Amino acid sequence: MTEYLHLFVLLVLIISAFYAIWFRDLLSSILALAAFSLVLSLEFYILQAPDVAIAEAAIGAGLSTAIYLIALRACGRLKKGNGGGLR
Amino acid sequence: MKPLSIVVRTCCDMFAWFMVVFGSYVIIHGDVTPGGGFQGGAIVATFMALLLVAYGGEKVLSWVKFSFYNGLLIVGLLLFLLFGFSGMANSFFYNFLAVPEAVALAGGAHGIIPPSGTIALMDIAVGIEVTGGLTLILLYMFKGTRMFNLIEMGGETGHDSR
Repeated sequence: MTEYLHLFVLLVLIISAFYAIWFRDLLSSILALAAFSLVLSLEFYILQAPDVAIAEAAIGAGLSTAIYLIALRACGRLKKGNGGGLR
Repeated sequence: MKPLSIVVRTCCDMFAWFMVVFGSYVIIHGDVTPGGGFQGGAIVATFMALLLVAYGGEKVLSWVKFSFYNGLLIVGLLLFLLFGFSGMANSFFYNFLAVPEAVALAGGAHGIIPPSGTIALMDIAVGIEVTGGLTLILLYMFKGTRMFNLIEMGGETGHDSR
């Protein structure tokens, strides 16, 4: 039973990691990365490390997703403007 | 950056406070349940992440005071050092509040003192510190993007511009 659960979680992990790279839209890519972190924290919980699971869910799925969203919104505005001289 | 729709803003208003309550729970119960100072502090810092994503940078940066979160950093660090030096009669980080063995064997009546001694209090100190630090990281990220925008708009900016 636990083996099948492990297989399922690892499969979802690989699929979400693949989509995080494969999406052209960066917002979808960030959300796929958040799903990756969430499933990774589930895997940590199954492997009986609830401490690491809480840290992964808070940092990976919460804070770093917010930081990526902030950076993405700033970059989107930059792309819309009349050619910033910074790139 | 403009605020998001009213649905997102209302949900973030409500859930931000629930994140603070849950993070405080994780910090305070850090010595007996999974979690601890770092994890709980990260959960509490999600408060500012939700507000920043929902309301945008300009509004939130006009609400918060950076000196408050700098104060949290300093208070957490000083509390941790205080608990570390408090057991200096024996050694650094000595657990001077731990329940004596006779009391623990007799049934463990130790009043308001946490059963793990100074470890629970150090967890609270670490929680305060991590809350201030991660919130400051988020706020400075937003401040950096605003500075970037000013440069793009053609305003003259020096090294020390805000």
